[in-house]
Amino acid sequence: MLGLSATASAQMMINGAGATFPYPIYSKWFDEYAKVDPSVRFNYQSIGSGGGQKQILAQTVDFGASDGPMSDDNLSKAPGKLLHIPTVAGADVVTYNLSGNPALKFDADTIAGIFLGQIKKWNDPKLMTLNPGAKLSDQEIVVVHRSDGSGTTYIWTDYLSKISPEWKTKVGTNTSVNWPTGIGGKGNEGVSGQVKQTPGAIGYVELIYAIQNKMPYADVKNAAGTFVKPTLESITAALATAEIPDDFRFSMTNAAGKDAYPICGATWLLVYEQQKDPAKGKKLIEFLKWAATKGQGMAKTLDYAPLPESVQQRVLKRIDEIKS
Amino acid sequence: MALTASVSVAESSARERMAPPSRFGDKAFEWLTLAMASAVVVLVILIGWELWIGSSLAIKKFGFRFLTTSTWDPVAEQFGALPFIYGTLVSSAIALIIAVPLGIATAAYLTELAPLWVRQPLISLIEMLAAIPSVILGLWGIFVMVPWLRNYPFPFLKQYFGWIPLFTGPIYGPCMFAGGIIIAIMILPIITSVSREILRSVPDLQREAAYALGATRWEATRIAVLSYAKKGLFGAIILGLGRALGETLAVTMVIGNTPQIVASLFKPGYTLASVLANEFTEATTDIYLQALFEIGLVLFGTTILVNLLAQLLLRTIATTSATRAVQ
Repeated sequence: MLGLSATASAQMMINGAGATFPYPIYSKWFDEYAKVDPSVRFNYQSIGSGGGQKQILAQTVDFGASDGPMSDDNLSKAPGKLLHIPTVAGADVVTYNLSGNPALKFDADTIAGIFLGQIKKWNDPKLMTLNPGAKLSDQEIVVVHRSDGSGTTYIWTDYLSKISPEWKTKVGTNTSVNWPTGIGGKGNEGVSGQVKQTPGAIGYVELIYAIQNKMPYADVKNAAGTFVKPTLESITAALATAEIPDDFRFSMTNAAGKDAYPICGATWLLVYEQQKDPAKGKKLIEFLKWAATKGQGMAKTLDYAPLPESVQQRVLKRIDEIKS
Repeated sequence: MALTASVSVAESSARERMAPPSRFGDKAFEWLTLAMASAVVVLVILIGWELWIGSSLAIKKFGFRFLTTSTWDPVAEQFGALPFIYGTLVSSAIALIIAVPLGIATAAYLTELAPLWVRQPLISLIEMLAAIPSVILGLWGIFVMVPWLRNYPFPFLKQYFGWIPLFTGPIYGPCMFAGGIIIAIMILPIITSVSREILRSVPDLQREAAYALGATRWEATRIAVLSYAKKGLFGAIILGLGRALGETLAVTMVIGNTPQIVASLFKPGYTLASVLANEFTEATTDIYLQALFEIGLVLFGTTILVNLLAQLLLRTIATTSATRAVQ
């Protein structure tokens, strides 16, 4: 008994908080990592990206997590240099409810048109030309979007801002926006529930959620002009061809690659370059390295897209810069 | 005089026999209850104060405009709370219109009319309704209630009452009306339970007197019971209203979450509590977070204001019925 409590007290606790989207893979990593290094335990609170950014700025946690890169404004509030460490990526898929469940294709124009409220009927000429085989009636399109602030919406609006100048000026990119049209559902389950229950509805959910709930989702035309199915491979392909600046605050929507799915985004861990507690900092660095290498292998089993080799190398280099 | 003298003699002889009774217990109890009661007041003030401090930037930036404008744009950082205030008041009003008659009638049935073997099961059932977690109710709302409303009652209302602006426009499913109905379901147990307790506390003498005057069962219930318990029933409604204003999760799931002010109840709406639940976790900029804090402050203020108005109404009703009784 005595020995047990001694090891328990010797165990180091590393605290983190933030994004909900990567929570399943992070908990898996923390579980697995406990076997690699039993002397350290992780405590992660998935309170949302906003909370994650706030807490790492206030230094109440050892690392933060966010589904969107931090703004310049927020970064300037940090007491030290904050690093963005990308971990895994995911995608938003277009899901819909039409009788007969036709397989549909969309391009930038039609998605923007629908979500701006300009394409109102399913038999709009633009949709008909993209989907010559599908039977589309003059049913009204009911747009369903996320009502809660989320990384999913960030990716979605980031994509729309890139491909539609009108969206960029009228609406913009954020975790929640002033939607021009549609009804709001809370969470992936809220959006998918409302799409499933409303004939003629269209909405967006995370790929993971769509896969696990066997929902129909559309192919989307990418920047290179090919129609791509959202899969873990096409997300990693997007990561490989996305322009990634040195500070890793990148957006990977509408990536250039031929096989890249256009509506996807990464998620980040936020850590200070100069760690306050040397012992903790050392353990955190070890974990980050493990996550960027071994950990990546576990991503696919949980339907997350791993980082491509090229990005992994750059991430490892960045982790080496952390001082403890 | 003689009487008081004899009493004081008896008292003093009693005092001689036992130690003087200590007043300490009474005092301690008084202080304790006073402390508890003031703790509630202090808590309310502190919450208000915190919300005020937390939203000071937004209050300074938007001023009174926050309450009168309708744009809620986190990207452009323009925030106006009017559609949320409107949605909160309208959805609560719908809820009360549905739940109050239902709740009070159920309570009256349970206390006045129901055979004994029906009472207990029905009471347990109603109390179980209160125990359903709101997220479950919300999911049920999305998957069962909203599709049913969309297919049957809504088209009916539109067909026959479409001339009223409230029932016009396309029917999508999630809407202000659905939000009000889900709140009604959630406040029904509290209105029913409290009303039942109040009706039960009406002395039987009241009923007997009414019957003795030749009243029918309905007349006795109406005059001797419901009218007698009016004040208490009003209290039950206010309790329900308080809950209705703050209901969050289930409402968020069926109301459609679109900040707009439109006459049609078939259009999606938004409430103060819902926008807080939706956007608080991912709000990253200061002014955005402050605007959400101010939403909290507005909800706090609305709740207090509505309660005060209700109290005022109650007092008016009480005095008018008193004058009528005198006449």
